[in-house]
Amino acid sequence: MDGNLNMIGYGLAAIGPGIGIGLIFAAYISGVARQPEARSTLQAIAILGFALAEALAIIGIALAFVL
Amino acid sequence: MTVTGLVPVASETFEPPGPRDFDLPPVFGDSILFAKPALLLVLSAIVVLGFFLVTTRRMAMVPSKTQFAGEQAYGFVRNSIARDIIGTKDFLKFVPWLVATFFFILLNNLFGIIPFIQFPSFSRVSFAYGLAALVWLLYNGLGVYKHGFFGYLKHVTVPNGVTGPILVLIIPLEFFSTVIVRPATLALRLFANMFAGHLLLILFTLGGEYLLLESSNVGYKAVGVVAFLLAVAISFLELLVQFLQAYVFTLLTAMYIQGALAEEH
Repeated sequence: MDGNLNMIGYGLAAIGPGIGIGLIFAAYISGVARQPEARSTLQAIAILGFALAEALAIIGIALAFVL
Repeated sequence: MTVTGLVPVASETFEPPGPRDFDLPPVFGDSILFAKPALLLVLSAIVVLGFFLVTTRRMAMVPSKTQFAGEQAYGFVRNSIARDIIGTKDFLKFVPWLVATFFFILLNNLFGIIPFIQFPSFSRVSFAYGLAALVWLLYNGLGVYKHGFFGYLKHVTVPNGVTGPILVLIIPLEFFSTVIVRPATLALRLFANMFAGHLLLILFTLGGEYLLLESSNVGYKAVGVVAFLLAVAISFLELLVQFLQAYVFTLLTAMYIQGALAEEH
């Protein structure tokens, strides 16, 4: 069985953004549940936070292939 | 399936799919310009253009079904992305760019699960880089146009209300974040999602095929059927991801435009 240790490292590195994205959407859902009319405002903020947190995972996958 | 993608070569051992499955040969001739991904890009541009030409051809006060479809598609990007993010003052100028970006990316992503095409063109990273470079030029150009070169540099690197020695830390970080990380993550997000999704689909279909046809054990054959069913389920997940990535790309473009245009407070 062959493979690349980088991928295991990437798997570990993806834990952080995974938790972060989960927290962001948890906050978004509870925000919408409390105040449904704020949905459109919250959506843009949630997607922005999601994109920023996901950027870490993306840098990780880029480095996993490059290094 | 081997690299060529022409004839599935039945091999004794299972070859897991990898990045080489994305190196498709030219459909005709030798030039990379006629490879499947490049042709798909051209096809998608034609289809998107055709869709909006057809739906806006006979505009009427009481819309026909095609006009209604076109208006819904256009209105979604115009209202829920452009107007909400950029603001009511100067969003209209950017609506054509955003609508074109959204539907171009959406269709290219959908190619990943459309039967007989089944290749998301943005799983080739160079296309995503090209698109992100356009966005980079757009928002930086807008910022320089609006604030002047040094004004824009200050606008980008110095957040409001930050003074003192902390600026030594903030300025390089903000510059790095805005000028380098933004376009790179914009491109890589789209690419990585499409790449990973397509790889997942290949893995489940090829693995299912191998287990079902090549193995002699009945239990493995049953697992092969399950793998095929999972491939169908993952196709639906991919549909969601493909839409979401087109949406996120367009949303972030709008946010970068808004950030470049924002007034100093």
